[in-house]
Amino acid sequence: MSDVIIELKGLSKNFGDQQVLKGIDLNIHENEFLTLLGPSGCGKTTTLRIIAGFEEPSAGEVLFDGVDISKVPPYKREVNTVFQKYSLFPFMNVYDNVAFGLKIKKMDKNLIEHKVMKTLKLVGLEGFEKRDVTKLSGGQQQRVAIARALVNEPKILLLDEPLGALDAKLRKEMQVELKKIQQEVGITFIFVTHDQEEALSMSDTVVVMHEGIIQQVGTPEDIYNEPENRFVASFIGESNIIEATMIKDCLVAFDDYEFECVDKGFKNNEAVEVVIRPEDIDIVKPKNAKLRGKVKSIIFKGVHHEIVVGTKHRDYLIHTTDYYEPGLDVGLTFGPDDIHVMYRMDWETGGAE
Amino acid sequence: MKHYVKMVWPYVIWAALIVVLPLLLIILYSVTKSGNELVNIQFTLENFKRMTEPVYMAVFVKSFELGILSVVICLILGYLLAYFIAGFQEKVQNLLILLVTIPMWINTLLRTYAWISLLSDNGLINSFLEMIGLQPLNMMYTDFAVLIGLVSDLLPFMVIPIHTSLCKIDQSLIEASMDLGANRFQTFWRVTFKLSIPGVLNGVIMTFLLSISTFVIPKLLGGGQYTLIGNLIENQFISIGDWNFGSAISVILAIIILVSITLMKRIDKDEIEEE
Repeated sequence: MSDVIIELKGLSKNFGDQQVLKGIDLNIHENEFLTLLGPSGCGKTTTLRIIAGFEEPSAGEVLFDGVDISKVPPYKREVNTVFQKYSLFPFMNVYDNVAFGLKIKKMDKNLIEHKVMKTLKLVGLEGFEKRDVTKLSGGQQQRVAIARALVNEPKILLLDEPLGALDAKLRKEMQVELKKIQQEVGITFIFVTHDQEEALSMSDTVVVMHEGIIQQVGTPEDIYNEPENRFVASFIGESNIIEATMIKDCLVAFDDYEFECVDKGFKNNEAVEVVIRPEDIDIVKPKNAKLRGKVKSIIFKGVHHEIVVGTKHRDYLIHTTDYYEPGLDVGLTFGPDDIHVMYRMDWETGGAE
Repeated sequence: MKHYVKMVWPYVIWAALIVVLPLLLIILYSVTKSGNELVNIQFTLENFKRMTEPVYMAVFVKSFELGILSVVICLILGYLLAYFIAGFQEKVQNLLILLVTIPMWINTLLRTYAWISLLSDNGLINSFLEMIGLQPLNMMYTDFAVLIGLVSDLLPFMVIPIHTSLCKIDQSLIEASMDLGANRFQTFWRVTFKLSIPGVLNGVIMTFLLSISTFVIPKLLGGGQYTLIGNLIENQFISIGDWNFGSAISVILAIIILVSITLMKRIDKDEIEEE
């Protein structure tokens, strides 16, 4: 991995007697597309605002290229932000909005024009220079906001839920576009969102946060396939989460049976939790499976059916393209690598939904 | 909806009787002679011609000078005050705005008398100066006294609209400006002030309207010989009884105010589009 550009060390933030961040440690690398993911109130936006300089941490450091910048005002930092509501200056046209930062730097007029035009081209807004920003569509305003930040050639671009206000189709388009822009300009993007799909499809690294604590850092694949705890597993996609006991390495017991798995390194007979993704469960004839039950409901979801099978101990959620009649007796199977064993969550600090 | 439209009529009639009719009468008076007799109407432009006499022109010039000066002072003080207030939490802001408006609950006449007791030759300020061994100042019946009276009277009308427009500013715009490299001072000029212009304009128009037509303050603080347009009109109607000339002055004043407001609004538009 390339060099670390930002290092968060023991970052805490209190608002009054409410602790929003409880000791965040995180390394952010050059050219990385990093997403802070979590439900509202998890501290992701506060983390971003501390990096931007709008909030001062109550404790901890923000190292930028090894230097602590937590007391540096926002206008002296080499980062720029794309705000949630775009926050374009309503009394300026597109060109002047984008040129704002360069004019502050007292750059040469011709150079400003050259840079503004280049950036507008990058975000696909050529010919929009003279337009009134208040009369643009949400997607266009979004592009202006991105151009206004990127034109300053920051080392890091911060994006605070920038796609939240767009409709589903436009959001998908912008996801692709943002990823493309990031690869073209080759700088670090720190992206904040509560949308797990958005996080998984755009990021190099996903940081899952909950109640001011980082729950897991990893690639989208890691986060989805190897969630470290119940919170991550349930926040990232739908899943079956089952309380279980780790008999020994590669053997876990739940629902009266022992199952082979691929996880190691737990204590023998440690209480753990197991996550099985709904698409990893196969429905078979009852005699071919350990777990048996009845189909309780089936809902057509387009690509797949969402089936709930009631067994002796719990209901299992299954995604499959096949159709099963409700009331049918079925068996459930899954392979050893479909079972992901997680540490049992400490509910005192981790919190529940 | 249709149903409610009918309910507007009493108001329309009331407004017509109270506002429109007197206005029409004033216009009628201004272009006629023969006192306040309506029966025998004789049209004339004599009243307007009289306005061009140097004595009256001087009154107009003086009024505008003083009006503009008091608006400028109000603008500077009012903006600072509004900006200061807007920096507090909402609850404190409400309290401070209340404090600013409290003087408006008291009659102008009383407030002006209060100034007299402060400014007069043996008033509070001079007593204090004498006490610490300084020469007493002659403050009553000067431009200074009238200006102080005007500014203190008009300040709330400047503070409130500016404060309102400052409060409406989206804080994320301020953050955006700082994020793009503008320090506090640059952010103020390039963003905050620009966004508060509508409030400034409303404040300027309101204070200008009030200052140009005032007559109580110059009369009491400026003394008998101190004449502004407001006093001129008052004299024509109350002491001299020349309603026709008084009406003509009122009409001219109204036209001048109308023109200046239109000009100011245009300046504002250009100002915003210029950047």
